[in-house]
Amino acid sequence: MAYGPHTTQDRARMLTTIGLDSVDDLFADIPASLRSSGLNLPPPESEAELSARLRALADRNRVELVSFLGAGAYRHFTPAVVDQLLLRGEFYTAYTPYQPEISQGTLQTIYEYQSLMAELTGLDVVSASHYDGATATAEGALMSCRAARRERVLVGRGVHPHYRQTICTYFAGASLVADEIPFVADGPAAGTTDLVALQRMLADPAHPVAGVVVANPSFLGLLEPMAEIGRLAHTAGALFVSVVEPVSLAVLATPGEYGADIAAGDGQPLGLPLSYGGPYLGILACREALVRQIPGRLVGMTADVDGRRAFVMTLRAREQDIRREKASSNICTNQALCALAAAIYLAAIGPHGLRDVAALGAARAAQLEAALAAVGVRRLHQGPYLNEFAISVPRAAAVHARLVERGILAGLPLADVIPDDPSLAEALLVCATEVTTPEEIAVFAAALGEELAGGTR
Amino acid sequence: MTAAEDRLGPTLFERSRPGRGGGKIPHPPKDALARIPVGGRRGEGPRLPELSEPELTRHYVNLSKLNYAVDTGFYPLGSCTMKYNPKIDEWAARLNGFAALHPFAPDAVAQGTLQLLWELEEALAEIGGMKAVTLQPAAGAQGELTGILMVRAYHRYRGDFERTEVLVPDTAHGTNPATASMAGFRTVEIPSAADGGVDIEAFRAALGPRTAAVMITNPSTVGLFESRLCELLDAVHEAGALAYMDGANLNAVMGRFKPGEAGFDVMHINVHKTFGTPHGGGGPGAGPVGVGEELVPFLPWPRVLREADGSFRTERLGERPQSIGRMRAFAGNTGVLVRAYAYIRAHGAEGLGEVSDDAVLAANYLKSRLSGVLDVPFDRPCMHEFVASAATLKAETGVRTLDLAKRLIDYGFHPPTIYFPHTVEEALLIEPTETESLETLDAFVEALRTIVAEAHLDPELLHSAPHSSPVRRLDETTAARQPNLHWKAMTGSQSPCPD
Repeated sequence: MAYGPHTTQDRARMLTTIGLDSVDDLFADIPASLRSSGLNLPPPESEAELSARLRALADRNRVELVSFLGAGAYRHFTPAVVDQLLLRGEFYTAYTPYQPEISQGTLQTIYEYQSLMAELTGLDVVSASHYDGATATAEGALMSCRAARRERVLVGRGVHPHYRQTICTYFAGASLVADEIPFVADGPAAGTTDLVALQRMLADPAHPVAGVVVANPSFLGLLEPMAEIGRLAHTAGALFVSVVEPVSLAVLATPGEYGADIAAGDGQPLGLPLSYGGPYLGILACREALVRQIPGRLVGMTADVDGRRAFVMTLRAREQDIRREKASSNICTNQALCALAAAIYLAAIGPHGLRDVAALGAARAAQLEAALAAVGVRRLHQGPYLNEFAISVPRAAAVHARLVERGILAGLPLADVIPDDPSLAEALLVCATEVTTPEEIAVFAAALGEELAGGTR
Repeated sequence: MTAAEDRLGPTLFERSRPGRGGGKIPHPPKDALARIPVGGRRGEGPRLPELSEPELTRHYVNLSKLNYAVDTGFYPLGSCTMKYNPKIDEWAARLNGFAALHPFAPDAVAQGTLQLLWELEEALAEIGGMKAVTLQPAAGAQGELTGILMVRAYHRYRGDFERTEVLVPDTAHGTNPATASMAGFRTVEIPSAADGGVDIEAFRAALGPRTAAVMITNPSTVGLFESRLCELLDAVHEAGALAYMDGANLNAVMGRFKPGEAGFDVMHINVHKTFGTPHGGGGPGAGPVGVGEELVPFLPWPRVLREADGSFRTERLGERPQSIGRMRAFAGNTGVLVRAYAYIRAHGAEGLGEVSDDAVLAANYLKSRLSGVLDVPFDRPCMHEFVASAATLKAETGVRTLDLAKRLIDYGFHPPTIYFPHTVEEALLIEPTETESLETLDAFVEALRTIVAEAHLDPELLHSAPHSSPVRRLDETTAARQPNLHWKAMTGSQSPCPD
């Protein structure tokens, strides 16, 4: 066996101690009718063979393309120190810090992560982590229902479609209702949350609203009128759940500033690789008053019997292993190592560095907008954006596919993920970050211009 | 001041000095943010810590040294399967082709990862005897939720809206009842039988037209194979309910028992237990779910499919209308799944069988050697873990399981899972795994033997243990009564200590 230490003699000695003749005897409790026929799997591979197989598989992915893809997962520069420290076996081969005396490393790093996220979001309480942005958002929406004792949430259409689909899955189980707030159809605010519709939906006395869930920047990259949305939600007695992108919080108004009660988002942009969707980092934060409603682990500061400062998992009565069917969620294992990565990233890059990441991404995105405009490609919306925006491209899917052949990932055809919106049928969502270069922008703009000039082909 | 005390360092925030660090990111143009409306901007920049890279490195390396981990020693934490995490798996997940692949990359660009995911699904289906597998769930608990939501969808699709209950034995992991609640079911807890197994008669009595599913952990959380499983599964299906298997303990039975073949309809697998992916200090893991034929239409969307020409693609929106939908964004914890795939390929069929055999052998060896040192309540061969109890020791000396566990820390071992399952008094759930040498197992036995002797001679030594750890027992009451959940000292609004 690849990683086991036991020799034939070891096994014989263990059997002798147990007093049995064969390992088979240990499985006597399995009824004969249930014993399986053995495994039909490929034979074992040596590490040399396995590494060649893995490298070949990895090489089949084309990651060398010039990419303008974002849409909820972002390419960023990660300082080398982040991964070097993550490779400490003391961190990644430990488990949940059930024994705090020998887990202070994990516990302090989680406390520091909670503190860093509290600073970014402007909220007091941050869970030790959730699975990803989608599940954190769904948990935030569920939390609003528990706190408000109501059964309906309103979710902005500008929330990531995968997050909205996840909310639907979670809410179906709990027999709760999630209704969608439409976009403003046209004009300067097109593509942002329709405040008139929101106000109307909030005013339905038969179906009181527990929470209003809106993303800023939205999935379409647009900045939303968060303060106004929060005011409308609160006036109707609902909680305001804000979906955030953490790098943007270096420069954009925070959930704490615009009065959100709960914030959720994905921490992937903070030093985590794209890895085809995970593992990422679900950020979930709330105001202090909601601390007993938040699901997931929390680490607090305390002291040991000698009075030394120490950290421990706390407010455990919310959790499944204590509270069982009455727990605030079934979450157990979370994404601790991803939270550690995000904390190291933030500490390595510092406050000025994080602002520079956000600002440089914004600058590159403006360059991208200008370069595309120069070849006749316009933004789909007019409202302000940070570093991601939708562009109008006739026959978007076909053009996107042809650009892949030319080595360019031209963002995301919006109809792939929001197929039921005619206004997004011929549009690509494109993104720039601090790693996007002026050369890449020039290559993309020129290629897109040629494809469009080439007509239907 | 003790040596240990020296090792407890300041927080990132206390180490911060304005002006340190930097040099990671090029400077943006000054007007980069001019086009952002003032009302949408952050008032004051985030007060993140400022550290030089050497200080940062020492901060984290020294913190890491306060942790106990599989890489530092024996970690027999029952029901968690703390086996060795192979290093090639870490290397593999970091290969640029895997790590840099965007989750919205078109299928044509992502063939390597799609092939890996498809092959992993096939391998897990074979190991579990299941018809199909979803890799989407991010953890075991999310796998449970996925499985129970499929059960719900299955009954509703058949027009059966009366099934509102999920039966769970009282030895179950806390996630089982919490999952049933999240999926909108009422949990009915069934007491276990005296031999630690499920009480078939109690189950029969509770089963009926309101039962949606039965959730069984097999081998059970006391480390025993449910010997009357056939009867139980027959009764469940006779009642029109479905059988869910909590696969947390799959590490015991690979190659000898396939839950799907035996009649389980749905099961989650913790790859961070059975398939050697690291526990990460509490995640990330992954919780793939296998299902039988009748639940395939309800699997989360989207699945990975293989085309006739051998290429791979992801399901399109709306392609499988009966799906319960999405459990999360994107495909899954792919980076974790790469590690699980590598683990399975390294072992192959015979290696995985050997993993289970050695895990069970090691547990039985440890159990034999500890009989006479502690109480061992269930006198039959165990699977990959077993329950010991300090009930007699407590009666004789006043030393509790908690004290024993804390004293093990002084002897250089991570304590087993304690006070679980709740049905055994003063329980210790011990799971050695297959990757620990005989020398380690013997040293663990000797440590426990010594500790039991200490309990008789000097119980106070144990009540006040641990003595050698970086910190000693913690004030958990104050932590909960006056929660301090984030650092506020930078603004001077709060004392860093809770007193």
